[in-house]
Amino acid sequence: MNLEQLRGKLVYQGLLLGGAALLTSAALAFASRATVPEIRAAEAADLKQSLTQVLSGEYDNDLLKDTLELPDVNESGANEKVTVYRARRAGKVEAVVYRVVGKGYAGSIVCVMGVSREGKILGVRVIKHAETPGLGDKIEPAKSDWIHSFEGRWLGDPVADKWAVKKDGGVYDQFAGATITPRGVVKAVKGGLEFFEANKAQLLDDVSARGVQP
Amino acid sequence: MNEKYAHITREGLWNNNVVFAQMLALCPTLAVTSSATNGLGMGLATTAVLLLSNVIVSSVRHLVSPEVRIPVYIVLIATLVTLVDMSLNAWAHELYKVLGLFIALIVVNCAILGRAEAFASKNNMLDSALDGLMMGLGFTASLVVIGGVREVLGSGTLFANAHLLLGPAFAFLEITIVPDYKGFLLMILPPGGFLVVGLLLAAKRVLDQRRAERAEIAAVTAS
Repeated sequence: MNLEQLRGKLVYQGLLLGGAALLTSAALAFASRATVPEIRAAEAADLKQSLTQVLSGEYDNDLLKDTLELPDVNESGANEKVTVYRARRAGKVEAVVYRVVGKGYAGSIVCVMGVSREGKILGVRVIKHAETPGLGDKIEPAKSDWIHSFEGRWLGDPVADKWAVKKDGGVYDQFAGATITPRGVVKAVKGGLEFFEANKAQLLDDVSARGVQP
Repeated sequence: MNEKYAHITREGLWNNNVVFAQMLALCPTLAVTSSATNGLGMGLATTAVLLLSNVIVSSVRHLVSPEVRIPVYIVLIATLVTLVDMSLNAWAHELYKVLGLFIALIVVNCAILGRAEAFASKNNMLDSALDGLMMGLGFTASLVVIGGVREVLGSGTLFANAHLLLGPAFAFLEITIVPDYKGFLLMILPPGGFLVVGLLLAAKRVLDQRRAERAEIAAVTAS
């Protein structure tokens, strides 16, 4: 029987499909094993880089290893875990970094924010968003320095009802043609500060943490 | 023999161009061409997958039954794209951060299945490799032109951020055409993609028509 006839047989076709699936999945499994360590390392480096951007001052621990999982009630009411990274100097927590998520014009705006021991904002960076290019993307530091306007602020400066964009009677600029985007970011950052106040004791609790992380 | 290679090259680059003649792969085309650099990145990644998929499909073409060829090709292409995605993520992470979004999009690029079906399954490996390369380069050129036009009109620059894609040595490509340009947002947004593709397509038709007319006149005067 030649190949021509063989190819018409149902059994051959079934085996061919099975064989193709088997070979390709084997290739994928092998490639996955070969690349996973490098991908993990690269992602950890990325994370570390985005964390150090919102920290100022010096610290001497490995940020990625000194983490804390805290529950946070977000807007939709779902109880989610927030991972908090802590920066220490000589064992004392100097600052904490965590993610906050705001609601923008086109989906979620994911930010990281760094907060000092005293509750002041060290820095905020948007790490993921889908806002309109040219209008809402001024929240990126590459496009405008709006995001730096949070630095040094805390819950008492400005007072609670001034934590809003100017259009809503607050102190933060909005962008021409895009109010929803900065409004979402301001709200998220304010929520982040409230989270800090609510969990202050746990976040800065050096003693119990030292037991876990000598 | 050389005539055949020249034919394949001409078909891929101009006559049967993926975007402007076959009108395939319009979804990734419209989505990523908001700048020339993005177009270049997507084009190069697609060219790599197209070349590999054409070579593999052509090498197994005698084994694959016509009845089950489509699922076999799709599994092959999806695997290739995932392999490219994983290796870039692991070994060229900086590049992956720029291209990451586009690479998964290559799976839905019907031009790749189209070439497997229309060319690689009927021709030998060398011809198929050349076809994949030329179709890929034609696609890349189209994306760079569309992206370039949209970028110049929309943000007044050309090849902005090229150093992220190609390395610091290519920073010279980054040109600001109009300084202090306020921007023409429409061109950056999806409708701009449709407009530019439409206008460029019309321009290509006009060029082809002129050429055909000239050839006809030449033929008439010769006879």
